[in-house]
Amino acid sequence: MEAVKLNKLVKTYHKGQVKAVNEVSFTIQKGELFGLIGPDGAGKTSIFRMLTTLLLPDGGTAQVAGLDIQNDYQKIRSLVGYMPGRFSLYPDLSVEENLNFFAQLFNTSVLANYDFIKDIYQQLEPFKTRRAGKLSGGMKQKLALCCALIHRPAVLFLDEPTTGVDAVSRKEFWDLLGHLKKQGITILVSTPYMDEASLCEKIALIQNGRLLSVNSPDAIIREFPEPLYAVQAGRMSKLLNDLRTHPEVKHAYAFGEYHHITFHQPPTSEQLLQFNADLEHKGNEMLKTLGITPTIEDCFIKLMN
Amino acid sequence: MNLPVVPNVKPTEMQLFIAFVIKEFRHVFRDPKTLLLLFGMPIAQILLFGFALTNEIKNSEIVVCDYANDEASRKIIERLNASTNFEIKKANLTHDEIESAFKKGGVKLAIVFPANFYNDLVHLQSAQIQIITDASDPNTANTLANYAENIIMASRLELFKGVQPPLQIQTQVRMLYNPELKGVYNFVPGVMALVLLLVCVLMTSVSIVREKETGTMEVLLVSPFNPIMVVLSKAVPYFLLSIINLTAILVLSTAVMDMPINGSIGLLYLASALLILTALALGLLISNVTDSQQTAMLLSLMGMLLPAIMFTGFMFPIENMPLPLQIVSNIVPSKWYYIVVKSVMIKGIGIAGVWKELLILAGMAAVLLTITIRNFKIRLA
Amino acid sequence: MNNNIVISTHKLTKRFGEFIATNEITFEVYAGEIFGFLGANGAGKTTAMRMLCGLSTPSSGEASIAGFDIYKETEKIKMNIGYMSQKFSLYEDLTVLENIHFFGGIYGLSNQELKEKSEGLLSTLGMQDLSKKLVGSLPLGWKQKLAFSVAVIHEPKIVFLDEPTGGVDPLTRRQFWDLIYHAADSGITIFVTTHYMDEAEYCNRVTMMVDGVIKALDTPAKLKSQYNASGMDEVFYELARGAKRKAD
Repeated sequence: MEAVKLNKLVKTYHKGQVKAVNEVSFTIQKGELFGLIGPDGAGKTSIFRMLTTLLLPDGGTAQVAGLDIQNDYQKIRSLVGYMPGRFSLYPDLSVEENLNFFAQLFNTSVLANYDFIKDIYQQLEPFKTRRAGKLSGGMKQKLALCCALIHRPAVLFLDEPTTGVDAVSRKEFWDLLGHLKKQGITILVSTPYMDEASLCEKIALIQNGRLLSVNSPDAIIREFPEPLYAVQAGRMSKLLNDLRTHPEVKHAYAFGEYHHITFHQPPTSEQLLQFNADLEHKGNEMLKTLGITPTIEDCFIKLMN
Repeated sequence: MNLPVVPNVKPTEMQLFIAFVIKEFRHVFRDPKTLLLLFGMPIAQILLFGFALTNEIKNSEIVVCDYANDEASRKIIERLNASTNFEIKKANLTHDEIESAFKKGGVKLAIVFPANFYNDLVHLQSAQIQIITDASDPNTANTLANYAENIIMASRLELFKGVQPPLQIQTQVRMLYNPELKGVYNFVPGVMALVLLLVCVLMTSVSIVREKETGTMEVLLVSPFNPIMVVLSKAVPYFLLSIINLTAILVLSTAVMDMPINGSIGLLYLASALLILTALALGLLISNVTDSQQTAMLLSLMGMLLPAIMFTGFMFPIENMPLPLQIVSNIVPSKWYYIVVKSVMIKGIGIAGVWKELLILAGMAAVLLTITIRNFKIRLA
Repeated sequence: MNNNIVISTHKLTKRFGEFIATNEITFEVYAGEIFGFLGANGAGKTTAMRMLCGLSTPSSGEASIAGFDIYKETEKIKMNIGYMSQKFSLYEDLTVLENIHFFGGIYGLSNQELKEKSEGLLSTLGMQDLSKKLVGSLPLGWKQKLAFSVAVIHEPKIVFLDEPTGGVDPLTRRQFWDLIYHAADSGITIFVTTHYMDEAEYCNRVTMMVDGVIKALDTPAKLKSQYNASGMDEVFYELARGAKRKAD
């Protein structure tokens, strides 16, 4: 059963001059943990706002839980949970007050659904009388998640829930999402963090309003067309220059501790040895070259080119 | 994983509305700036206008040159002295000396009684008193001269008790309703209008726009709750708080500034409620057109404060304005409110005399509310 | 990378009343190094950086930046460093050229120098056609590259980068790091503060601050092997798990 379906969805701004979302289509199955991965300005927030019926599309159609986003917006609004980009709860109300309020907003009560949010709320309970504005970034996100879940939505929309949150809280947040998935909620998460992509069942890579790829993370990695190598030397800047000027190298880019490169032709082991020798000859010391499995970020870069 | 079935207590629409209202009250009371604006400002304004800023002139230092020094002149000077407007300094100055006194600036008025004042009065049945004013500030000069004249006129009647006055046409000036020409009567109703208007428009618009700015509005929209209720629920606390504010202002002005309430208090509250509704609707309208708190504040202040000051009628008389501006003043709700309040508080007029103005106010409120509700955006754009 | 020390601190501390934001931090940074200053928000990174930039006076301890004393020569420090942050870099309503001239002027470049440098800068970035465009109209990636180039236009000894590439698409991020490598090659020390752990991988050495104290100082490779981690975020997780100060 399809929980969310987009069909050539379009959104333009500034009287059509800016195409923020350019004919995007994908499907999310019920109970799936789906990631929308892309940098700032890729169109993620616009897509979220259209799916939660806050914005009307300029082209294409979409359904959430089988309901049309234009015509059935009222029904959709009572079925979904939404966490927009920045902290969108009331900073001057306490944790408890916020939660109670949002429960009432959705015609339910905290008591009725306590079990559902227990895992998350237990971490917040010691702070329940504290003003929400005074919580740490990670705690705020957890509270926002509770408020989005309190009415047991069919679909959960989380727009960049971990941006600006410290790494420890990020990890905890994704653990929570894993728990939620087991309860059968469909979750659509957007994030600019490529490493979070591997935590999703299925991902859509998006850049400049266009989809680059939609598949499971493993499948996308498998689709990487050629072998990928990582190279390291004492002076990385010089190494990068030498790599780019090497005739056999197709593409070379920095990747932190190692540079990642692809060759015009997949090299034999002899050719690799020769390659290392070439680089050492040019003065690159402590050279290390190894074959690696691509990450989602590598795939993203490949698809962007 | 099977979750236990717990009986659901589903709130009704009304309960939810009340939950919203309670939330709004919490926001108001937890934000010191809002509280200051809501309560501090009106009280400050009333006190300012009531006491400090007044176009009455009190305790003005004047010089009296009494060349007659007889029974009549002394009686008149006694009266002048008793008035709160003047502080008498007796000195028989020459014309030049009077001028130097004016130039120094401390003294603004001089009264000269000629040597044969009483004799002339009795024998010639006419005498003159010279009043010299420093008219470099014509308003002050005029006012002071008027005060002096009034007091002298009043003395005249007393002086000639029992003596047959010659046939003369005497003008009697009576200041109805406000014989002491108290400025407070003018200002307090005006400030009431200003305060209610400003506070309601500003508070409502900023409160709604704040939700848009912080992003909570997004979350509220994606819920089954009718978004119009969101907006209306904000009006309720400010309505109630404004009524409390109004009561505080009324108490202050009657107790501390001797403002009368000659008419029905119920009518006052009715008119105030209508003005508040109009102001709230205006606030909602402003919040519809902008997403920025700064813009909302600017629109509320500039859009409301300036017209209210100019066209309510308590600072500048509307009758003196050119016709086009007089017509413009008709769309300023506080103008009608001001008329009602003055009529009720000072003149004691009942509903028969103010129903037209009340109807206009009610009409304005209704029209604005309708426009606001029609224009309310159920989406972000 | 030579052994010329450009930043050296000794027990540098900043207190706000009872609260010790930065607690006796001691480290050295070499010329041409790409040095990562990591930690969660609230760990004391920003406070430390403000002191090093000459913007805030330490409560105790010593430090010398680009050879200048942190207490007595803050103005000289400011003239010899560059700064760029994600939150603010350039004026959106000025053109590219106007921004270059403005910031170059602040750093004391003469008109002649400005002319030469701006031409060089624009040609390196390939932005010659965009010199008259408003910065606000450029895509984020271009803005950041321009901002970085402007931050080093006066060839400072050290440039401080505050979370330079968070949220930016992977290609633009690479182009940005190309610029950083180029600058490091020419001898400029790059001081990067961030809480994005994957940026840490690009650094020669990193320190990690937790609760105001430096918990680690080494190359990413050595830290990863020490904590048996495959990425810097795992290292961070190990070090920060027990942190008492939660971010805000």
